[in-house]
Amino acid sequence: MNAFMAILRRDMRLALRQGADSVMVVAFFIVTTTLFPFGVGPEANILARIASGVIWVSALLAAMLSLERVFQTDYEDGTLELLTLSPVPLELVVLGKVATHWLTTGLPLIVAAPLMAVMLNMSTDGFGVLIVAMLIGTPTLSLIGAIGAALILGARRGGVLVSLLVLPLYIPVLIFGAGAVEAALLGMPVQAHLQIMGAILLLSLALAPFAAAHAVRQAVE
Amino acid sequence: MTVFTGSDLTCRRGERMVFARLAFTAGPGDAIMLRGRNGAGKSSLLRVMAGLLAPLHGQIFWQGEDIADDMAAHRARLQYLGHQDAVKPVLTVWDNLRLWAELRGIRDVDSEIDRALDALGILHLANTTGRFLSSGQKRRTALARILIGPAQLWLLDEPTVGLDRESSAGLAGLIEKFRGDGGTVIYSTHIDLDITGPKLLDLDEFAIPMMEWLAGAPDDVVPEEGPQAIETPDKEGVSA
Repeated sequence: MNAFMAILRRDMRLALRQGADSVMVVAFFIVTTTLFPFGVGPEANILARIASGVIWVSALLAAMLSLERVFQTDYEDGTLELLTLSPVPLELVVLGKVATHWLTTGLPLIVAAPLMAVMLNMSTDGFGVLIVAMLIGTPTLSLIGAIGAALILGARRGGVLVSLLVLPLYIPVLIFGAGAVEAALLGMPVQAHLQIMGAILLLSLALAPFAAAHAVRQAVE
Repeated sequence: MTVFTGSDLTCRRGERMVFARLAFTAGPGDAIMLRGRNGAGKSSLLRVMAGLLAPLHGQIFWQGEDIADDMAAHRARLQYLGHQDAVKPVLTVWDNLRLWAELRGIRDVDSEIDRALDALGILHLANTTGRFLSSGQKRRTALARILIGPAQLWLLDEPTVGLDRESSAGLAGLIEKFRGDGGTVIYSTHIDLDITGPKLLDLDEFAIPMMEWLAGAPDDVVPEEGPQAIETPDKEGVSA
C-alpha cells in the first residue's frame, strides 16, 4: 500500500507540475459536447433525447486523450525499466498510474458532466444517475486504457493506435452508462445497468493491471 | 564463494544474435568489467543479468538458485543503472530520489537520500529541479539512486557517461567501498575506472553471425569454453 501511495503521490505531483493534461481533457470534453447542438440543431427535445449518449461518447474520447501519457514519459526517460526492476510488483505500479489517470481525467469529467447535461437540456432526474454511472464507468475507462497505453509503448503514432485498441473495449461502458441515464430519465429501474457496470469495473480491476504490466515488461525488454 | 553465475547464455535482439554460450561467475567483492565493440552486447548482458531481458538460452543463478524462479528476490537484491538517468525535469533532485527510497521501503527516507546525495557530492543540489541540471549532475543523481537501500549486486551500464574526471574517481571509490562491504559489481565503461583487479569479460569472443546461427551450426562458430574468456588482469591492464 505504501508503494501504491508512493507512485500515486509522485505521479500526481508530476501531473500538477506538468500542468495542462486535466485542463486539456475537460476543455476537449466541453468543446466536443458543444459541437453536437451545432450538428443536430438547437431543438431542445432532440438535445435532451441524445444528451446521455453525447456526454458519454465525449467523455470516452476525452479520457483517451491523455492515455498515451500514462506510461510514455516514464518509458522515454528510463523510469519505467527502473520501476520494472523495483522490489514492488509491477501490477501495483500500474494501479498507481491508473489511479493517477482517473484523478486527473475521470474526476474532472465527472465534475464537468452535469454542466454539459444542463447545456443539453437533460432533465434533472438523470443527473444523479449520470454522476453515479460516471463514478463507476470512468475508472473502468482508465483501467482498460492502461492496457492500450502499455501496448503502444515504443510504437510510432501511438495516439492513433491506442484509440483503435481501446475504443472497441469501451463499448460496454458506453452502452450501460448511457443506458442507465436513459432508464432514469424514463423512470425505469437503473439498478441492473449500474450493477453490470460495477461488474465490468471489478473485472477490469482484476485483469487490467496484470495485462498492462505484462505489456510493460514486453516493452522494456 | 561464488554467488552470481551465468551459464550458456545466448541473447538475440531482433534479427541479430548478440552473443552465444556466454558464461560468467562472480563472488562477493568481485567486479566484472564488460568490454567489447559497440553492439557486442554489453548492455544486453546487463539487462539479462537484471532480468529485464530473457535470454534465448541459458540460466543465471544466485547462490545456486535460478533467478527466474524468484524474480522478486532478485529485484530486491540488485541496483541497476541504465543508459538513461530517469530524472524528471519538473521534480527536484530530492523528489526524484524519494520515489526510489519509498519503493525500497526505507524508513528514514530523509537521511538515506541525504547520505546518497552527499556521497555523490550533490547534496547542495537537493532542491534543484531536474531541468536545471547538467548531464553530469543528472548522471550523479542517477548514481545516487543506486546508493539508496541495501543491495548485493550493482549492474552499471556506462556509469561514467557525462561524468568529469573527479566524479569518475568518486564513483570508483564508491564501487570499491561497495565491494569492500561484500557487494558484487558488473559494469561496462569506455573510460578507465580506478578499480582494483576487475575481471574482464570480452563479449567480442561470444559474437556469432546470425546466418551461421540460422544455418544450425552454432557449435562451429562459438567458443566451446565460455568461462575461460574471463581473465583477471592487473589494474593497469583495464582500459577502454
